[in-house]
Amino acid sequence: MTALYAGLFYVATLVLVGGLAYRIAQYARTPAPLKIPTTPAPITRAGVVARMFREVTLFESLFKSNKWIWVFGWMFHVGLALVLFRHLRYFLQPVPELVVLAQPAGVIAAFAMVGGLLALWARRFIVPRVRYITNYSDHLILALLVAIGLSGMAMKFVAHTDIVSLKAFILGLMYFDWRPLPQDPILLVHLGLVAALMIIFPFSKLLHAPGVFFSPTRNQADDTRERRYVSPLSPRKA
Amino acid sequence: MAPTKFNGKDHVHGDPIEIPPLACGAMADSKPFVASPAMQKPLGFPGELVDNWQEKAINRLGELVNGSRALRVYLDSCVKCGACTDKCHYFMGTGDPKNMPVARQDLLRSVYRRYFTLGGKIAPKLVGARDLTRDVLDEWYSYFHQCSQCRRCSVFCPYGIDTAEVSMAARDIMDTIGLGQKYSNEIIGKVFNVGNNLGLPQKALRATLESLEEEIEEDTGVPVKLPLDVKGADILLVTPSADFFASPHMEGLIGYAKVLHEAGVSWTLSSYASEAANFGMFVGSHENMKKVAERIRIAAEELGVKRLVFGECGHAWRVAYSFLNTLVGPLDFLDQNYPIPQHICEFTNDLIENGKLRFDKSKNDEFRLTFHDSCNVARASRMGDKPGGQFEIPRAILRATCNHFFDMAPETIHEKTLCCGGGGGLLTDELMDVRLKGAQPRMRALQEVAEEHGVTHMAAICAICKAQFSKVLPQFGFDMESIVSVHQMVSNAILMTGSRQAEEYDAAHAAPVS
Repeated sequence: MTALYAGLFYVATLVLVGGLAYRIAQYARTPAPLKIPTTPAPITRAGVVARMFREVTLFESLFKSNKWIWVFGWMFHVGLALVLFRHLRYFLQPVPELVVLAQPAGVIAAFAMVGGLLALWARRFIVPRVRYITNYSDHLILALLVAIGLSGMAMKFVAHTDIVSLKAFILGLMYFDWRPLPQDPILLVHLGLVAALMIIFPFSKLLHAPGVFFSPTRNQADDTRERRYVSPLSPRKA
Repeated sequence: MAPTKFNGKDHVHGDPIEIPPLACGAMADSKPFVASPAMQKPLGFPGELVDNWQEKAINRLGELVNGSRALRVYLDSCVKCGACTDKCHYFMGTGDPKNMPVARQDLLRSVYRRYFTLGGKIAPKLVGARDLTRDVLDEWYSYFHQCSQCRRCSVFCPYGIDTAEVSMAARDIMDTIGLGQKYSNEIIGKVFNVGNNLGLPQKALRATLESLEEEIEEDTGVPVKLPLDVKGADILLVTPSADFFASPHMEGLIGYAKVLHEAGVSWTLSSYASEAANFGMFVGSHENMKKVAERIRIAAEELGVKRLVFGECGHAWRVAYSFLNTLVGPLDFLDQNYPIPQHICEFTNDLIENGKLRFDKSKNDEFRLTFHDSCNVARASRMGDKPGGQFEIPRAILRATCNHFFDMAPETIHEKTLCCGGGGGLLTDELMDVRLKGAQPRMRALQEVAEEHGVTHMAAICAICKAQFSKVLPQFGFDMESIVSVHQMVSNAILMTGSRQAEEYDAAHAAPVS
C-alpha cells in the first residue's frame, strides 16, 4: 500500500506540475492579436497589476455580478487557501512559526471551505439557470472537493490518524527515503482523492486558476492611443 | 419586417434587469438570412456550405484557438459558476437559456472539448462535449446571431470571459465553411465596392453635403461647409454613413459641422473612406476588418491630413480607438500632438472646457434627456485621458447644451449599460423579433425615467443604436423621434459666431440700457 501511494503521488505530482507548466506555456505562447481589455480599464501596467490582484483576491467582477456566488465562492477559495497553508506542517521540518500560528484558523477554514462548496453545489440543483449549464463533470469536481474536505475533517474531529507517521511518509516521499504510510482507511481515501484532483487539474475547468492571469480582458492595459500595440508573438493565421 | 408576436407595450413596465423564467428553445427559429455566393466571394469565403464543412470547421477552430489567447483561455477557463447567466439582454428579453452567455459559449465550447481536450475525447458525455453535427451547426447559426457582442457579460465574469470573442470566432468558422450571414457580408462588400455601408456613391454624397450646407446657412446665416475630399485639410472626419442619410444621424452630422466650423479648423470628409463602421469585426474576420480599416489610413495619407476624428458610432470607435493603430499603423504621418484617433465628443468637449463654444441651452428645453451608453464605447474603448471618460464626456456635452438631463438606473448605464438590441450585425429586418425582445431591458429603463423625471428623449452616440431605437421605440409606446444624436443637441443650442441665433441671444441678454 505504501508503494502504491508513493507511486501514485509521484505520478500525480508529475502530471500536475508538468500539465500546468505545459498549459501555462501554451497560454503564454498563444498570441493576443488585439487589445481587448474590458473598459474602463487601467491605463498603466501598475494599474493592471492592481486590477488583477483585486480580481484574484477579492473576486471583484464576481462581486459585481452575484452576491451569493461571491460569498460562497470566496468562502471556499479562502478556506481552501488556509487549509492548504495549514497542511504545510506535513511538508516542512521544522514547522515555521507562521504555519503553527495558522493551525486553528486552518481548522475553522475547513468548515468555510466545505460549507462554501455545499452551497455552490446546492445552487446547481436549486437555481434553474445554473442547473441548465451544469455538466456531470461539474458535479464530480464538487463531489471530489467535498469528499476531500470531509475526509480531512474526519481525521481531525472523528478519528485521529497517526500524523507523526504520515509526516514521515510525506517527508520520505520528498527526500526519496520512503517510510511506511499509516494504514488508516480515512487517510487512504483522503490521499487517494487528493491525488485524483492533482491529476485532473490540468485537464479540467480547474485551469481557471492559471487562466485568469492570461485573460486579455483583465490583464491588458487600456493604452492603445499612447503606444502602438503589436502582439509580440506571430500573427494569427489567415 | 419578420413576423413577431411580441408586443413591446405589454412588456415596457417592470424591472429592466428582471430575470425571466427559462423558456427552452424559445428562440431556436430566429436566424438571419444566409449570404448568397455573390456576397461571400468578395470577402474570400466559399460561396456556399462546402462538402467537407465539418472537417474544415474543426480545423478552423484549431487555427483560431492557436491564434487567439483570449479564445483559448476562455474556452478552457469557464467553471459554470452562473455569474453571467442573467446578464445578457437577449436572455432577459427571451428567457431562452441558450441566450445565457455561458450557454452561448458552450455551443462552441462543447465542440472544442470534443476535438481538442482529453476529457472530451475520452468521455464526451461527462464533460458536455458534442460532435459537430448539422444540428449543432444550425444552433450556432441561430444563437451566435443572437449575440450583439456587447460584452456586458464580460464585465461580470470572474475571469473576464468575453462572449463577443467566442461569437466572433464562431461566425469566422461559419464564414470559412461557406455559411455566412447576408446582412453583414453584403455590407462589407458594399464598403469594398462603393466605400460605405449604405452603398452611397460619391455623387450622391456630394449632393447630400451640399444640401446640408444650404440648410445650415438658411437656418443660421453662417456659411458652414461640409467639405469632401479636400486635400491638405487638417482633419479627416470619418463617420458612419447613416450620418449622410437618415434622422437623427444627420442632425448629428450637422452638429459636428457646426462645431468644426466654430473651432476654425480645416477639415474634410473622404468619399473613399465614407464609412466609419467596420463589420469585419462583427463577423470575426481579422482579414476583412483589417481591409476595411485600411481604407481609413489610405484616405488619410492621400488627403494629407494631420488628424483623424471619428463621428458618433459605437463599434467604429472600438475599431478606431483599440484596433486601428495595431491593424494599419503605425500612423506616424499624423500629428502626434493630438489623440490618434480622436472622438468627435472629445473634440467638442475640449472646446467646451476651454470656453470656445457658446450655447443657448433653452433651445433644448423641449428635450428632457437621458443618455444611452453604447456598448462598444462603454466597455471596449475610452474617451479622454482617464478611465471612464467615455461615460463622463458625452454627459458633459449634454449638460452643457441642455437644461434637463437625467440618468437611467445605475445598473443599466456606464459599464453595465444595456445593448440597444441591434448591435453586432443584427440590425436587419428578419431579426426584428430578437431585436425587440433584446431591447426590452433598455426600454424598461427608459420607461422608468420617463415616469420619474418626465424624460422625453434619449441621446446616443452610435449609428446602430440610433437606427435600432428608431425602429423599436414605437413598438414600446414611445415616439420614434425620441432617439437623438448627442451632436444634435449641440447643433440645436450652439451659438456660432455671427449666426442669427447668436445675435438673437445677445439681444435678449444684453444689459438693459439705463
